[in-house]
Amino acid sequence: MDVPETEFAPWNDADEKPLIRFRNVTKRFGEFVAIDDLSLDIYEQEFFALLGPSGCGKTTMMRMLAGFENPSEGDIELAGQNIVPVPPNKRAVNMMFQSYALFPHLSVWDNIAFGLRRDRLPKAQVQARVEEMLKLTRLERFATRKPHQISGGQRQRVALARSLAKAPKLLLLDEPLGALDKKLRQETQFELMDIQEKTGTTFVIVTHDQEEAMTVASRVAVMDEGRLIQVSTPADLYEWPDNVYVADFIGDVNLIKGRTTASGDERYRIDWIDGQPPLNGVSKTVFSDGQTCHLAIRPEKITISTDKPVDADNAVQGKVLDIAYLGNLSTYHVELASGTVIKAQTSNTRRISRRSFTWEDPVWLSWTATAGVMLAQ
Amino acid sequence: MRKFALIAVPYLWLLALFLVPFLIVLKISLSDIALAIPPYVPKWDWATGFGAFFSQLDFENYIFLTEDDLYWKAYLSSFKIAAISTMFTLLIGYPIAYGMARSPEEWRPTLMMLIILPFWTSFLIRVYAWMGILSQEGLLNQFLLWTGIIAAPLTILNTNTAVYIGIVYTYLPFMILPIYAALDRMDGSLIEAAEDLGCSRLMAFWLVTIPLSKNGIIAGSFLVFIPALGEFVIPSLLGGSGTLMIGKVLWEEFFSNRDWPVASAVAVILLLLLIIPIVLFQRNQQKQAEAEQ
Repeated sequence: MDVPETEFAPWNDADEKPLIRFRNVTKRFGEFVAIDDLSLDIYEQEFFALLGPSGCGKTTMMRMLAGFENPSEGDIELAGQNIVPVPPNKRAVNMMFQSYALFPHLSVWDNIAFGLRRDRLPKAQVQARVEEMLKLTRLERFATRKPHQISGGQRQRVALARSLAKAPKLLLLDEPLGALDKKLRQETQFELMDIQEKTGTTFVIVTHDQEEAMTVASRVAVMDEGRLIQVSTPADLYEWPDNVYVADFIGDVNLIKGRTTASGDERYRIDWIDGQPPLNGVSKTVFSDGQTCHLAIRPEKITISTDKPVDADNAVQGKVLDIAYLGNLSTYHVELASGTVIKAQTSNTRRISRRSFTWEDPVWLSWTATAGVMLAQ
Repeated sequence: MRKFALIAVPYLWLLALFLVPFLIVLKISLSDIALAIPPYVPKWDWATGFGAFFSQLDFENYIFLTEDDLYWKAYLSSFKIAAISTMFTLLIGYPIAYGMARSPEEWRPTLMMLIILPFWTSFLIRVYAWMGILSQEGLLNQFLLWTGIIAAPLTILNTNTAVYIGIVYTYLPFMILPIYAALDRMDGSLIEAAEDLGCSRLMAFWLVTIPLSKNGIIAGSFLVFIPALGEFVIPSLLGGSGTLMIGKVLWEEFFSNRDWPVASAVAVILLLLLIIPIVLFQRNQQKQAEAEQ
């Protein structure tokens, strides 16, 4: 799992030519600006996720790649060629639709063969390719069925097989797992990654599910209101968000607002706005004295204890307000004297009856100076 | 028991309003013409009983239908007119239904209303209106003369052309509505998927839209063809002496000739001919229902 992450990083290689290039793309629908002067490079063999709330423009980006929408301004390049004037049926791009869009009057076999037949390939070649796709998606037994005769998970695989059959340079997946239940969705995420690796196709996936984006993607672009907020690997996105929006959007986070004072090399003292003892933080970005800063700390990086920890960079006291028991984890909501609530997460390595804290217990929260990320905005 | 009562209602309805009248017509078709009121024999007589009654019935009238070529020519001509009208109705109705299904959501109720609106006026009045439009001094000829497209008025009224116009006009909504229903149900992303997989617009229409609206096309065609085959009002008002349709023959047989037995035989044959497309239509509906399950 972690092998490709260290080896596969074409976006860090200046010599690498991107497969897709959005150049200052703007898309307007009447008055509404769906995409706002956006530039983005996506590299070959990437599994790239466009992540954002509904209406953020991620689907418009995908539809522009497929050719169903054209940008109002700017160019989109595929392998160095501007594809804006190319109609959808002439692009080496295939799309897997959110609704799957399987042809209800055709069998599974004919659905998969549909694109190949449009290329006027010889019969034997069509046959071979369809069989290959059926095998890849484990659908051999369902070849003669109609779409309404198979399950949701199988339909999803037919849609995938159909869009992969023409061996596109780029495969677009529009919320591909949205219609599946949670368990099946998780299985299918790994299946998708497997298939992406086997075929070596570049995948661009649109999703509003951050967990899904983090699981499958090599890089994730977080979007909001037609703009890219941050484009990073899932790990960087989680550990090093660029701003409060991303920190808050991805996973759970505590945001503490304060003012900075330099206290050493890349070290800062952060005075709380609401008058708690100052905190210590580390940041490569330079903050001036008195600048407003948001300290973002993930709940699982905060330790909870009954006694005041010695040698901790940061320690605050409060009392347990709420406990959210998730089975493997418990999240404690701790209220400080000022009324601020901080979330701390621990793994439940012991049985629930043995856990150390309960409601109203006075507790200490502590974290290291490097645990949090200091964000200017 | 309650279930039985519920089913019994439509069956009793059919029995009283379809089967009984049909049996009466069938009986008349097997009788002989007579100068009496009603103009046929035998009449049911309790005194003579079944034997004497049935012994007087025969197939003479049906044999007569095969001897005079007027009848089979009328059947054939009706069939031809109904088939051609159905084709034209389809050619005109499909684009209208397609346009309706593709129009913005908020327009659709209005467009639907416009399709149904003509039904608010009596059918007979609308056919008379066409007489006013199509006649020698009618609106159409006046307009064409005024624009200078033609120098002398065209003869449209009292020809087969007028019959086609009348049938297409009258039955167009029956074609549009089922096709519209089929197209409206269609998921728009299917067309995008077809284009994405390499189809041109036209190809996507042919390979996806047409097959998916097939059931609507079949339903619409039967809804036009079946009533058009037995149509009487349109050919008698808009058609000429050369227009031969079985509905008209039937009417003349009944009212001009007062030959009820032969007219009944014509009606029975027409019904038997219509049963074939009706059964086909039913099978299509059933298949459609099964596919949707």
